[in-house]
Amino acid sequence: MAHHELQMPVTEEQVRQLRVHDTVTLQRTLFGIRDATLIHMFDRGRTTRFDLKGHAVIHTAPNVRKVPQSSEHPSGYAPVCIGTTTSDRMERFTRPLMQREGVRIIVGKGGMRDESLASFRDMGGVYLAIIGGTAALETTWIEQIEDVDLDDLNPESLWRFRIRDFGPLLVAMDSHGGSLYDTVRREVDEKRAKVLQSLGVKA
Amino acid sequence: MLNVQASAVEETAKELYIRALKILPPDIKQGFDRLTRDETGGIAKSVLATMVTNIAVAEQTDNLLCQDTGVPIYNVVVGRDVAIAPQDISAAIRRGCERATREHPLRSSVVHPLTRRNEHTSCGIEVPVIHFDFDDQLESLSIEMVPKGSGSENNSFLRMAIPAEGVQGIKRFVIDSVIAAGGKTCPPTIVGVGLGGTSDLCVALAKRAATRPLGSHCEDPDGAALEQELSAAVNQLGIGPQGLGGDATAFAVHIELAATHITMNPVAVNMQCHSARRARATFTPAGISYGF
Repeated sequence: MAHHELQMPVTEEQVRQLRVHDTVTLQRTLFGIRDATLIHMFDRGRTTRFDLKGHAVIHTAPNVRKVPQSSEHPSGYAPVCIGTTTSDRMERFTRPLMQREGVRIIVGKGGMRDESLASFRDMGGVYLAIIGGTAALETTWIEQIEDVDLDDLNPESLWRFRIRDFGPLLVAMDSHGGSLYDTVRREVDEKRAKVLQSLGVKA
Repeated sequence: MLNVQASAVEETAKELYIRALKILPPDIKQGFDRLTRDETGGIAKSVLATMVTNIAVAEQTDNLLCQDTGVPIYNVVVGRDVAIAPQDISAAIRRGCERATREHPLRSSVVHPLTRRNEHTSCGIEVPVIHFDFDDQLESLSIEMVPKGSGSENNSFLRMAIPAEGVQGIKRFVIDSVIAAGGKTCPPTIVGVGLGGTSDLCVALAKRAATRPLGSHCEDPDGAALEQELSAAVNQLGIGPQGLGGDATAFAVHIELAATHITMNPVAVNMQCHSARRARATFTPAGISYGF
């Protein structure tokens, strides 16, 4: 259970060192991405001018305030409240996100499934669990909204955040087939029968 | 006669949306205390601690607890001797909801279901959801605001069970719904269960149960007994906060029930995430008071 400080972007070798139960703090850059962003990028053939190679994306659609562009707010947006959404809905986009865009880290909540785990194993990626519903805290880890692309999808634009000490986040799925969610699922399946029995329910 | 101005309802509807998003009700905070005390899992303890920290950070920084501004729901209870037309209340709430979104500003999380167009007002066809109810209180108008987050709402379940499945069928369905939801609902949750009625009423009851204050009980004694039994059972499943394992899967299971047909045994599950947000304003001759 090691702790890793990662300056983004990272290499495959760095990501392969991460194991479930490790913790990670991200530095410098984080991209925000979500349902509509991914649907438009991979189902409707849209592209981004951002280079996501080796980067981390967080499943989010932030609350923002439109402000005049300045050196403090180069994107013309100031953060209001930035948190995390449920990752499971975006399961089928993990592989194309890694394959086409070179993304290595997904930050989200609730976990992802087999195809994501296989993608992490095949190409070298990880899923970092952040605590859903703790957006006030997460917002304090974000220094600035540096840039935004695909902004016609607002709030589901592709956001580039400048971050500082973003974490600690828990490595919940790694590139070696490890998934805390699978472990919990197996344990819950075992407990289900006992719980139903305690409620007087026949199997 | 309590005279209520539409402009006051509008202002209150705006204020309620923002308050609900920022201040967690005391019963939920107490729920966190209880779950934290009872938790045995290592990861789960640290997850709960982060959630509690977030509640404090939101208050200190006057920020939203969660980024999800949800689907705005307003529950209006009109007492006797209240002078304002329900039509005016609805229109004023809609304006207040829109103003909260533009003026704070808040993320508008509401889109057309086919075009996915976002009007950036948190409003759309039939949204905000506005429910009217009536009670016997004199000169009283109460408005409750619930921003219903999608992580929990996406895990809603209805089963038109049959009488032969009995209470066992109900219990199995609740347990399996909680398992199916796993970490996606942002546990620990309030598991709302609707029993009986018609299919639509059953789902509405589940939502009412999910948004009831912690510590409240089903008014029906059999329903209350089942609440207790299921509340203990779900926390034996090991799903834990955020689905990362642990004891604290739910604050409680709440049940609301209605009579049903001799051939029917409907059961619905709707969950509220750990950011179990709600706010209330009450209009009386003394003025407007805010609470939960």
